[in-house]
Amino acid sequence: MIGYVARRVGHAFLLLFGVSILLFLLLQAAPGDFLSEIRLNSQISPETVAQLRAQYGLDQPLPVRYWKWVKSSARGEFGYSFAYNTPAAELLWPRARNTLLLSIPAVVISWLIAVPLGVFAAGWKGGWADRLFSGGTSVLLALPDVLIALLALLIALKTGMFPVGGMTSINAQDQGTWAWLRDLAWHMVLPVAALVIGSVTIILRHVRASVNEVLESTYMRAAEGHGLSRLKLLFGHALPAAANPLISLFGLSVALLLSVSLLIEVVMSWPGIGPLLLEAILARDLFVVIGAVMLSTLFLVAGNLLGDVLLYAFDPRIRRQGIRRQGIRRQAIRRQA
Amino acid sequence: MKRPFKFTWAIWFLLAIHAVVALAGFSAPYNYETQDREHAYAPPTRVHFIDCAGKFHLRPFVYATKSDELNLMEYTPDCAQPARVQFFTQGDEYSILGMFHATRHLIGVQEPARLFLMGTDGFGRDQFSRLLYGGQVSLFAGFVAASFSVVVGLLLGSIAGMYGGRVDDVAMRVAEIFIAVPWFYLLIAVRAFLPLQISPVVAFLLVVSVIGMVGWGRPARLVRGVVLSARERNFVLAARGFGASNAYLLRRHLMPLTFRVLLTQMAVLIPQFILAEVILSFLGLGIGEPFPSWGNMLAQAQQYNVLVSYWWMLLPGLAPIPIFLAYHSLAETLQERIKSTI
Repeated sequence: MIGYVARRVGHAFLLLFGVSILLFLLLQAAPGDFLSEIRLNSQISPETVAQLRAQYGLDQPLPVRYWKWVKSSARGEFGYSFAYNTPAAELLWPRARNTLLLSIPAVVISWLIAVPLGVFAAGWKGGWADRLFSGGTSVLLALPDVLIALLALLIALKTGMFPVGGMTSINAQDQGTWAWLRDLAWHMVLPVAALVIGSVTIILRHVRASVNEVLESTYMRAAEGHGLSRLKLLFGHALPAAANPLISLFGLSVALLLSVSLLIEVVMSWPGIGPLLLEAILARDLFVVIGAVMLSTLFLVAGNLLGDVLLYAFDPRIRRQGIRRQGIRRQAIRRQA
Repeated sequence: MKRPFKFTWAIWFLLAIHAVVALAGFSAPYNYETQDREHAYAPPTRVHFIDCAGKFHLRPFVYATKSDELNLMEYTPDCAQPARVQFFTQGDEYSILGMFHATRHLIGVQEPARLFLMGTDGFGRDQFSRLLYGGQVSLFAGFVAASFSVVVGLLLGSIAGMYGGRVDDVAMRVAEIFIAVPWFYLLIAVRAFLPLQISPVVAFLLVVSVIGMVGWGRPARLVRGVVLSARERNFVLAARGFGASNAYLLRRHLMPLTFRVLLTQMAVLIPQFILAEVILSFLGLGIGEPFPSWGNMLAQAQQYNVLVSYWWMLLPGLAPIPIFLAYHSLAETLQERIKSTI
């Protein structure tokens, strides 16, 4: 177990390393930097600009800058934000917490909805319920995320029942912990709902597909022949047999949500990584951009790791043989992510 | 194999939509930048069959509208000024593919009446016309970007699969990096390193290449898989025995085998990439005003007052839905076909 997890963690680290190198190579190709606009200002002398460049380390060659960034990441700073004059990590961590505050409930709720619905849809294949289901999921899948976010905002504005944007009300902090929590939860309702709508369909389809596959096998037919009840058959036997690819998907669904989440955070002005990333791009605050992308990759890798560990814990076959790649299903899922 | 009905339907539908959008100058009643400041935020024009007097007309018509004295954004139909909906009518000048100049439009009405099928935006520009012109950007960005990724994926994937060893390792590790990052974050980050204030044409090319560059990992992997398994098949081994070079084998025997997989990938990637363009433009990182894209049209609906008062500003968000549905059913059928032949 420990060896297996250590191998996965090592792989994850290599991946993060690769992503960071890629980002720095892109950085090299970028025209202009944080100081480009200052340089256009005639009131600031070229000497001052050069001095600032030296101060920010922009005049050094790329490998040196990369090495410095690696060192500062090892200290947990992730480089330096030019716009805010602080280590990038100080900006990133609270935002990451807020993003997770949306994503984790959304993942949990999506799965709680998707698993029973998907199993039922697989169980009643070919009926009107199944047809309704596949029609509904196709339409939901075709719904652009932007539209979902805007509709959520519209609901907030029209009904007046939900707060519009932000994480808490201005004075929420003064009214005690409980009131604050309630306020926070109230602000979370719409963004989480939008996230669930944006991600639940893909999970649903995969649940249905993998349960379907199992239902076609001969041992399921044998179990049916022995007179097991439909419910027991579906949830007691088919679901555990179909669980493997779904557990891998559980890890990957984090990635799926992160991409949708970015947009919903921006539209609903939730102070997560998304708005920070956008702001940093417009200000050319490159270390924050790199930090945000690295963080999102970190979440994804962590999700995958969680999936692998769960798989290891649940499936005795894998414990014995080491992990077998669930190649096809994974690729199908990644395609969506 | 018999073509399922859905498949045929999807192909014809997509062809029709692309034709309409490509000929946007002709099929749209107005130009995308024609402003009508007297009709800012005008709601969709109602097409009537029955006039104010209650009489029925066979030919549909519209009424000219005038804004309210007190509230400029309230428009009331003027019963004294009906105008028939005309086909093949004269209007703004446009050019198709930059070659043919013409003034004839598929549909339109005589001034002073206006035909705003989907209302107007804050500058009084016709949303329907902008939607068609915007389709030129959004739909073709998706298509071009997907072709770009598939071509890059084909080259790198087949080289990796053919030569194996060190080359394969490097190519697949790099592909893995591109697949590993939540792709939207990567997309935005890549965009971040490129200039922000640029002309629409440059922006289009830039957006397309950024999207294509971020998405090549998956096709590359698929192609590698196909090449890897086909490399050991008898006809390839025979050709090699006759002294065929690697390049010849790839070109003549292996690449054609990947065609089906790549076609399916195209059907999967195009809607995803259309959405990517829409979102980039929505966030202000894609194609900018005055040229429309479905993304930057939707961006106007982000303002609270616009969102609440003018529902038709959300219509560009509905436009991708039928197109995505068609592409999805296309991809589904193609995938099933591959599965059934294996």
